[in-house]
Amino acid sequence: MKRRNFVQLAGMGAGAVMMPSLLMGNNIPTEALLEPGMDILMKKQMADVALNTAKSLGASYADARIGRYLNQFVRTREDKVQGVVNTESFGIGVRVIANGTWGFASTNDVTPDGIKKATEQAVAIAKANSKFQTEPVVLAPEASYGEVSWKTPIKKDFKEVPVSEKVDLLLTANAAAQSSGANFVNSALFMVNEQKYFASTEGSYIDQDVHRIWPTFGVTAVGGGKFKTRQAMSAPMGMGYEYLDGLASEKLEGPEGLKLYRGSYDMVEDATTAAKQAREMLTAKSVDAGKYDLVLEPNHLGLTIHESVGHPTELDRVLGYEANYAGTSFATIDKWKSKNFKYGSDLVNIVADKTQVGSLGAVGWDDEGVKTKKWDIIRNGVLVNYQAIRDQVKMIDQNESHGCCYAQSWNDVQFQRMPNISLEPGKEPYSINDMIKDVEKGIYIAGRGSYSIDQQRYNFQFGGTMYYEIKDGKIAGMLNDVAYQSNTQEFWNSCAKICDKDDYRLFGSFFDGKGQPSQVSAVSHGSSTSRFNDINVINTGRTV
Amino acid sequence: MAIFSKEEARKILEKALSFSTADACVVNLGGSQGGNIRYARNSVSTAGYQSNQSLAVTASFGKRSGTATIDELDDASLKKVVQRAEELAKLSPENPEYMDPLGPQQYDESKTFVEATANITPEYRAEVANSSITPAKTKDVTAAGFLDDGQGFSAMMNSNGLFAYNRATDVSFTVTMRTNDGTGSGWVTRDYNDINKFDASEASQVAIDKAVMSRQAKAIEPGKYTVILEPSAGLGLLQGLGRSLNARSADEGRSFMSKEGGGTKLGEKIVDERVNLWSDPLNDEVPAATWNGEGQPLKKTTWIENGTVKNLAYGRYWAKEKGVEPVPFPSNFIMGGGDASLDDLIKSTRKGILVTRLWYIRSVDPQTLLYTGLTRDGTFYIENGKIKYPVKNFRFNESPIIMLNNLETLGKQVRVDGSLIPYMKVRDFTFTSLSDAV
Repeated sequence: MKRRNFVQLAGMGAGAVMMPSLLMGNNIPTEALLEPGMDILMKKQMADVALNTAKSLGASYADARIGRYLNQFVRTREDKVQGVVNTESFGIGVRVIANGTWGFASTNDVTPDGIKKATEQAVAIAKANSKFQTEPVVLAPEASYGEVSWKTPIKKDFKEVPVSEKVDLLLTANAAAQSSGANFVNSALFMVNEQKYFASTEGSYIDQDVHRIWPTFGVTAVGGGKFKTRQAMSAPMGMGYEYLDGLASEKLEGPEGLKLYRGSYDMVEDATTAAKQAREMLTAKSVDAGKYDLVLEPNHLGLTIHESVGHPTELDRVLGYEANYAGTSFATIDKWKSKNFKYGSDLVNIVADKTQVGSLGAVGWDDEGVKTKKWDIIRNGVLVNYQAIRDQVKMIDQNESHGCCYAQSWNDVQFQRMPNISLEPGKEPYSINDMIKDVEKGIYIAGRGSYSIDQQRYNFQFGGTMYYEIKDGKIAGMLNDVAYQSNTQEFWNSCAKICDKDDYRLFGSFFDGKGQPSQVSAVSHGSSTSRFNDINVINTGRTV
Repeated sequence: MAIFSKEEARKILEKALSFSTADACVVNLGGSQGGNIRYARNSVSTAGYQSNQSLAVTASFGKRSGTATIDELDDASLKKVVQRAEELAKLSPENPEYMDPLGPQQYDESKTFVEATANITPEYRAEVANSSITPAKTKDVTAAGFLDDGQGFSAMMNSNGLFAYNRATDVSFTVTMRTNDGTGSGWVTRDYNDINKFDASEASQVAIDKAVMSRQAKAIEPGKYTVILEPSAGLGLLQGLGRSLNARSADEGRSFMSKEGGGTKLGEKIVDERVNLWSDPLNDEVPAATWNGEGQPLKKTTWIENGTVKNLAYGRYWAKEKGVEPVPFPSNFIMGGGDASLDDLIKSTRKGILVTRLWYIRSVDPQTLLYTGLTRDGTFYIENGKIKYPVKNFRFNESPIIMLNNLETLGKQVRVDGSLIPYMKVRDFTFTSLSDAV
């Protein structure tokens, strides 16, 4: 009911109390997170009930996904714990092709009877909808993998770390920020474990254990009639609790004492820095609108990559399946077929990758049993491929799925979702300091901020967390009220330099939305600090 | 069976409470069922049906609370979920902002449930898709749409004797029509509690007409223009104003509603005196539940009266801190309108832009409520009282506060997304760049 109102009036009205359970599953005690769940042999038997039922009802293909989704969220503000929530959701989703048409149904009754009923419903839906189907579904061939498994290579399972340790970390970070000048701090830890079992009529039985973590905060300073919030410089990662170890070897020194983090995050240090920077923002100079060379830090550039390369190269958007919601795409089939559409400058190489260690998108197999891989989207500036799944690749004259099919849970149907989409680092040694030295009139932008892009992904406007003016090769202080506006193709063609692999880091989006009804997915975007010449910067300051 | 009557819900809630040994206990029970159909490329792409029920127990010992939920409602499950909540409560840190559950309350009878909407069938949904696809094909247009309908109930009971129940139905529809030459796009949205008010063919035709009218748009210079905002477009920016009504953020100095030097803008005139904004769960066009998740009664509440901030929303804890009565957050928004039709507004415009909708709206500066986003699916240039030609989409950077200070004319109200919003004519609306997107 009124799902959209839940989102708009989040926490404001009736229904807010019920939201977590309906979205995430049932609340459970912390110890229950460690319970093993259904035995793998039992999962195979249950999946076979679905597959055999589907076949007996005339389905030409079926897959079953038995999923146990465990979440833990810890939220605090200043010296208060606002919530510790553990949720569990368990059930099975059955997808079939009958009469050349997809059908899907799901149930939390994971018994032979419950599964049989859901499968019958899926087949009935497929047959009913086949009346409207103009072209039958054709799946690209995929190997049968037998019984296999995959696990996110974690070192510390969040489920084994006591809640008190997590609460302590957040409260310590909050206190550090407050003693460094913050008026308010909201901090949170989001932790996810997807225990997914996939089986198909093609003979694959795939057991996967996927972990993700996102520590984050907003530090607010108030003064002089103004308020400014500095967000965390962490990234959500496909890692275990070890991401919070704060290893010195994974730290980078940015301009003006900015601390930057690669595969390990120091939350207390970042909160301390954040408070000082939030204070500094209150009195920073307002930017003069005009053209600047932008130096974009990976935790900022990742969102620009996500919006201006990730989404426009999703094949379902290109073909019009998302026209009524997210929109279509400027990266049309004819541009791709020309083999010379210059998406970016020669330096721009963008890869899709479902295997990258530490990334949010990494899995062994996707949610339709396709072995994951890495492939080019843009090579030497030219658009060379899209993101597609088994029933789509034939539409771009290919015979092998890209392996980027995903469903947010067992009770949602899987569809094409964005793999990790990343910018390759520059090949020659080149550091962030080298880059700043080479810029005459520019702005260094770090962290994510406001973002907006049109429905075909041409025109965008991005802000960041922090802005520093660059004058004659040197940082000349902090700026306020910065946003840049550009056109995707012009922007990527203005890419003039990319730092080397030592500066390469992942940015992540933990709750990327797509589809109707909307589903979320998590995806990473790697890059090194990059320079874009002559970009239009506007001043967003207003008097009201 | 996901939908319980008031008496069925009462029995389950009483049973759950009977297992409680905590100082205080609140039980919320909710369920919904509904279906959807999605189509694109003039063909149905997916159809679904969902049914959910969930019971949530919040048990409290002193200032320690724990919440557990369950979707099975037999006695053993109810006992288990209450025990789990109590175990969690005992392990939880004290919440200094804890408030005792409310005692019994009086609620108005809501108008949110309409039987006909609860009885929508898969055949009806397929026919809605057909009402878009068939006329689209005759105009060389491609339809992509989504219909989502459902019925649900929510009920709550607590150890202080409060009981509340509500039933609601809801249907929402959107369709995007794109011309096959790729140069025109139109869109329409409709939402109701009562399906009898919905005409899929009429709605689809609005989107088809806009798509055809918007073909071969011309580029005009971005800048400040007089705009006529259709209610969907206006709502996008008004939501930003709605989100700033939180008294606590205002008191803390981190909101547009904070006053320089301390305090809030309560009682200050912030926009044109013709602007009136209120919420009213008993409005016939946009009915809403008459109580919220904490069991507080929801009544007609005025937020902005004659341009002046009349109320800010106070949660129970913050109201106690500040020594004021709680003011629950709104469940719908109603903005006062005028008599002018869209045609009247166009006729009275010498030079301006008609905006169907605003898209990808994001906050740029929470201090000034500056938002950015783009026009989409039907943007037209008006000259001397007539639509002259379609124009390319614009990016805007604008604050609802500036927008409502630059108000020219208020038109008729239309329901959009559960709120009632008028057509608005506004001068000097700031477009900052052009977009090639169709």
